[in-house]
Amino acid sequence: MLRIIICIVIMALVTYLTRVITLVFFKKKIKNRFVNSVIYYLPYGVISAMIFPDIIYSTDHLVSGIVGAIVALIIGYFKKGLLLTAIGAIIAVLITEYIFFLVGF
Amino acid sequence: MSFKKGLHDALPIMLGYLFVSFSFGVLATNQNFPVWVPISISATNLTGTGQFAGLNLIFIGASYIELFSTMLVVNCRYSIMSISLSYHLDEDVNMFERLFIAFGNTDEIFGVAMSQYKPLKFNYMAGLIVMSYFGWIVGTILGALSSNLFPSFVLSALGIALFAMFVAIIMPKMRESKPILLVSLIAIAISSVFYYTPVISSLSKGWVIIIAGVSASVLMALIKPIKEEPEDA
Repeated sequence: MLRIIICIVIMALVTYLTRVITLVFFKKKIKNRFVNSVIYYLPYGVISAMIFPDIIYSTDHLVSGIVGAIVALIIGYFKKGLLLTAIGAIIAVLITEYIFFLVGF
Repeated sequence: MSFKKGLHDALPIMLGYLFVSFSFGVLATNQNFPVWVPISISATNLTGTGQFAGLNLIFIGASYIELFSTMLVVNCRYSIMSISLSYHLDEDVNMFERLFIAFGNTDEIFGVAMSQYKPLKFNYMAGLIVMSYFGWIVGTILGALSSNLFPSFVLSALGIALFAMFVAIIMPKMRESKPILLVSLIAIAISSVFYYTPVISSLSKGWVIIIAGVSASVLMALIKPIKEEPEDA
């Protein structure tokens, strides 16, 4: 019991510290053009690395993951917004998995 | 950039979190943890991978040092993301507000915040965080209390929500800017190499995100540095 509480405190502390330190200390804008360029590109690099290839393995079947990913790419390409893209992908996965369920895969 | 817009923009996060934290609650109950354990972990951590890794380490009886270092490795990417986020915050966001925003700097909240063009106001960030936190806690509680509330294929489908949202965040930017498209493709290539190559595929996803994201950005900063004082950087 005490061990579990200590463990939870460790987890919460480490998670918070990794988030808070750079957010508090990187306050002043840096003048260096290279550093600014890296920071400008960083979100897109990081988010892209989070998506692929993990998105196609995020559902029960590889096929439904691929179908969902393709639908997300299409809706995203036409700039239909975050919620619509998420819902579109969910529905695509549901339909694919339902077909799998019907054919008894 | 109001609190209400924050709440609204975080709806897809909330949906996705319901699923992920539901799975977390189910897992914890299956490992015979009392209900308060997953709930208090979710309430104090608000992080996906870290919580799953941490819960598992508690379960197998790992040492405090092991737990500490694993959490550090899995969560290191947040430090990188916080640097970016800090740059995008409005100048009038004060220190206390920063301390609060830091708690909510998850992958998904970071992603949605980065999709905004204007400097980020505290109220907007608070809206994102409150809505996401709500989904995270409710999902955990539902999962911990009952593991058979939804058929498995519904949960499976919700699993794609957060990824689809990420796609919707970067696609418009990729269409507008060729360098961003390139950064994205390079990062995807690196991340795929890590995913499919034996031996290095055992590296934690947190590190892969840092390595892929940082090296793609550094490469593009060398090839095509941005103009001084860009509008949305």
